[in-house]
Amino acid sequence: MSARQAILGRIRDAIGDAATPEARATAAARRVEAHPRGTIPKQARHNRPVVLFAKKAAKAEATVRRVKSYEEVAEAVHRFMREHELPLNLRHGDDERLANIVWPDDMTTSRGPSDGSDLTTVSHAEGAVAESGTLIMGSGPDNPTTLNFLAENHIVVLRGRDVQGSYEDIWTTMRRRLGKGAMPRTVNMITGPSRSADIEQKLILGAHGPLRLHIIVVED
Amino acid sequence: MEIKSPQFKSRASAALENEQLQSALTHVRSNFIDKRAKAARELPEFEALRDAARDIKNHTLEHLDAYLEIFEAKVTEGGGHVHWAQTATDARGIVLDICRRRNVKTVTKGKSMIAEEIGLNEFLEANEITPVETDLGEYIIQLRREPPSHIIAPAVHLTMEQVRDGFREAHTHLPDSRPMDEPENLLREARGVLREKFLGADMGITGANFLVAETGTSIIVTNEGNGDLTQLLPRVHVVIASIEKVLPTLEDMSQIVRVLARSATGQEMSVYTTLSTGPKRPGDPDGPEEFHVILLDNGRSSMLGSEFRDVLRCIRCGACMNHCPVYHAVGGHAYGWVYPGPVGAVLTPSLIGVDQAGHLPNASTFCGRCEAVCPVRIPLPKMMRHWREREFERQLSPAGQRRNLKLWAWFARRPFIYRLATGVASRALAMWGGRRRRIGWLPMADGWTAHRDLPAPQGGTFIARYHRQRRRRRS
Repeated sequence: MSARQAILGRIRDAIGDAATPEARATAAARRVEAHPRGTIPKQARHNRPVVLFAKKAAKAEATVRRVKSYEEVAEAVHRFMREHELPLNLRHGDDERLANIVWPDDMTTSRGPSDGSDLTTVSHAEGAVAESGTLIMGSGPDNPTTLNFLAENHIVVLRGRDVQGSYEDIWTTMRRRLGKGAMPRTVNMITGPSRSADIEQKLILGAHGPLRLHIIVVED
Repeated sequence: MEIKSPQFKSRASAALENEQLQSALTHVRSNFIDKRAKAARELPEFEALRDAARDIKNHTLEHLDAYLEIFEAKVTEGGGHVHWAQTATDARGIVLDICRRRNVKTVTKGKSMIAEEIGLNEFLEANEITPVETDLGEYIIQLRREPPSHIIAPAVHLTMEQVRDGFREAHTHLPDSRPMDEPENLLREARGVLREKFLGADMGITGANFLVAETGTSIIVTNEGNGDLTQLLPRVHVVIASIEKVLPTLEDMSQIVRVLARSATGQEMSVYTTLSTGPKRPGDPDGPEEFHVILLDNGRSSMLGSEFRDVLRCIRCGACMNHCPVYHAVGGHAYGWVYPGPVGAVLTPSLIGVDQAGHLPNASTFCGRCEAVCPVRIPLPKMMRHWREREFERQLSPAGQRRNLKLWAWFARRPFIYRLATGVASRALAMWGGRRRRIGWLPMADGWTAHRDLPAPQGGTFIARYHRQRRRRRS
């Protein structure tokens, strides 16, 4: 008997015969199909999700800047980099919304995944969750996952209208876009810059991931 | 991992005498409790979400076979591989096979209690594969060759000075004069050292906080980002998860995520909640070439059919140990295996045997704080009591204790004699207590009175007072 059969057999014995394995399989398939929502906190139904998102992201130590159009993104990035006295080099993926940005002359940009040598990276978010200030990042050539983790400074551009109230809202959108049961290879839900409290419970920002997370919300 | 649970009593005594440990433990007492309380207070739906989390876990356990099969089918459909492991030995063998096939020399690891449970690091080392722990706490204790003392804060038993000494000894390539006086210095140093390891590793091994059947997704929840670099950079990503980690849908996961970080660290959401579904896809510029999930049973299926089923709801937040007066006093190492605190006192006897871990469920005052804060409402004190019963049935408890219990049972079954005897005893103790009304030493109970006085009984036995009050109410 295979390990698989042995484990499933023991589970079936343990659950007992209140329902047959077939009845259980049907019940499970039905729940997956219906994916019922449970309790959604009232705060997730905020009438201006962007406002709540900005507040919660700031609470998680991210910095948030709201701009009116994609034309203003370059200036916002530039300002953030100067504020922190960073070299004016950045890397981003193939995302068209980032590729179309006209960067100031004193900045150099490169494209593709990070090999760990970049100080600053820019990604575009798929969406965001207002209730906890969480960014939703999808993997792929447009926004390689390495850009989310390897640089000390991560700048994320987010479209205001992609901010939704709850996590559940995000999954609804994702199913509509990709089809039921389908997911990007990696979805990173990011809430603030990386941190650790492993030494005497003292919270320090900038563990293995970014030290700074700067979010630019485009409200066009 | 070596089992030291049978030595709980001596280890607990040593922990109480250990000044460094006692100093480190003050951070647990002060930090975790307030933060959780604040997070719970700030979310009006928190209690409703705890109910939802409990119900989702119960539903999943009742349909566990079905959800595991759906999960397996989805992972396979997405180009990943699912392996079933009945025991720790099987799981280690599966990891080694993958290592051999892909010629793996170095493995980076995200924090995983399952990996501790199966003793993975020692096994890999014995097979000439280098495991590197990347969670800061795990890295610190790996350098000291110690097991974790807490499931979410593995190095919580150490002071900054101890961490600094460990780094000084291990990082000999760095200048002696470097600043090491602040936790920040030490974190930056670990970041630099581990960054090289991440980029050079052949395989990344992580645990899983959740597996989602609907999509064939494995999820880790972290704050440092080490788990992400572990699964993103190497050629192969291996997930080791026990079978009860599966959940039906993304919605179900979202309900539980809302109580997980709040219960653990008091955050509304941990920094990184990462959903991994299969290996690198066509066009992906990064990500692992292979994606494996090892589903480990190691005793869970038999717990499912026992009175300990409810503990399989556990989401490993650590709230029970953060609120436990016994854990606060002795720390995690005294428990002698992977899982300390109240959940450890229930899980450990299930996984390694009550003959080895019988002391753990006995080391409880049944104060009930663990159950009061558990996000999935596991009745931990009740389960510790079940273990005490089993220990008694299997005649594992000490002879003296059994004799006394039998003596008590003889009296308890004879109410008249029982009341007479307790009446006499309470009057005798009251006299013994004298004017201080405290007893400093009691024969046959000097282990108890060595550390505190027994208050002398006053005002008659409970039954006597009960009858007196009823008579008074009637008249």
